[in-house]
Amino acid sequence: MTDVAETCVQENPVERYLRMDRIPHIWCPGCGIGTTVNCFARAIEQADVDLEKLAIVSGIGCTGRVAGYLNFDSFHTTHGRAIPFATGLKLANPDLKVVVYSGDGDLVAIGGNHFIHAARRNADLTVICVNNFNYAMTGGQAAPTTPLDAMGTTAPYGVCERPFNLPFLAKSCGAVYVARWTTYHVRQITKAMVEAMNKDGFSFVEIISPCPTLYERRNRLGSGLDRMKWFKENSVIKNGSDTRNIDIAYQQPIICGKFVDIDRPSLLEVTEAKIGDIRGKQRWADVSRRQKKSIEQTE
Amino acid sequence: MAKESATSVSSEEKSAGAPKKARGQVYILQERCKGCGYCVEFCPLGVLVMSSRFNAKGYHYPEVAHAEKCSGCDLCGMYCPDFSIHGARRPTKE
Repeated sequence: MTDVAETCVQENPVERYLRMDRIPHIWCPGCGIGTTVNCFARAIEQADVDLEKLAIVSGIGCTGRVAGYLNFDSFHTTHGRAIPFATGLKLANPDLKVVVYSGDGDLVAIGGNHFIHAARRNADLTVICVNNFNYAMTGGQAAPTTPLDAMGTTAPYGVCERPFNLPFLAKSCGAVYVARWTTYHVRQITKAMVEAMNKDGFSFVEIISPCPTLYERRNRLGSGLDRMKWFKENSVIKNGSDTRNIDIAYQQPIICGKFVDIDRPSLLEVTEAKIGDIRGKQRWADVSRRQKKSIEQTE
Repeated sequence: MAKESATSVSSEEKSAGAPKKARGQVYILQERCKGCGYCVEFCPLGVLVMSSRFNAKGYHYPEVAHAEKCSGCDLCGMYCPDFSIHGARRPTKE
């Protein structure tokens, strides 16, 4: 029905946010990371973000490559150190909107300490964590998010350790916005990303993603599509649920939703107030004036 | 060119007894597809099917089977991990 000449007429709306010289990307067929990038591209259209002042910071790993594919000011940092780099970036230049886009192995395993301290400080970051339950780029080793009894390269008889419950970790450390969705919930992910980016302080979005080449293959869970269908049938939406009760167990229903949305003074606000008192209002007053100006411009 | 072909398609539709006009249009870049099948599975109106043909990389890619059903919701575009498909609403002039 569709005319062949007409097939490629219109450019994909995501392409204007991508470095097209690097596409096609290296992610496997059925990997969910590309889906999250789609959602992110649509979220920045909806959020109040100045694209000239948007910075993407990634660590190492499959999801760490997002910073290389998105055509913004981006920063591909050392393993696990995406959050410290991002915190420094935000404090040195408060005008920037800093988004940390990384994987579970990077953010909460190697960078676990940075994660909890950024949440404790309420650093002005939006953290997007794509959780595929293992270290995918290095060959499927068990990560701190691999569910109990699931197989991994380093766990041939099943994992013996209890995994992290990331929303609970973020909430208990003081994050102001916490949500969890699977890659099946594309509209909800987009909405969560918009809300997280419009929030001052440490906002955290966990996205459960298929990893068909490693996690699904080792556990014989089928293809990426089978996993997406499983997400569709086995995810339970419970907005505002107590984060203590939303552990992920192997092949048990995944509880999704927005769990935390509170207001707390962010690191930048507290710093401005404190340092402003000590050093004199000059420098930080400049900063707030610039912020006001940028708000006026957007309005 | 595109306009001409579009009108010819619609006249064909009328002769076949299916005058209903689609509200949306799907755009597919076959060569970028890796054949994950998300778009075919999750299209809420069943517009797409998996082609039996291969692209240069050796993957099956999606094809439009029921163009008249497309609403242009762009859900295929949101699911596609390879940025190879997207939907758009047609302008409503009538």
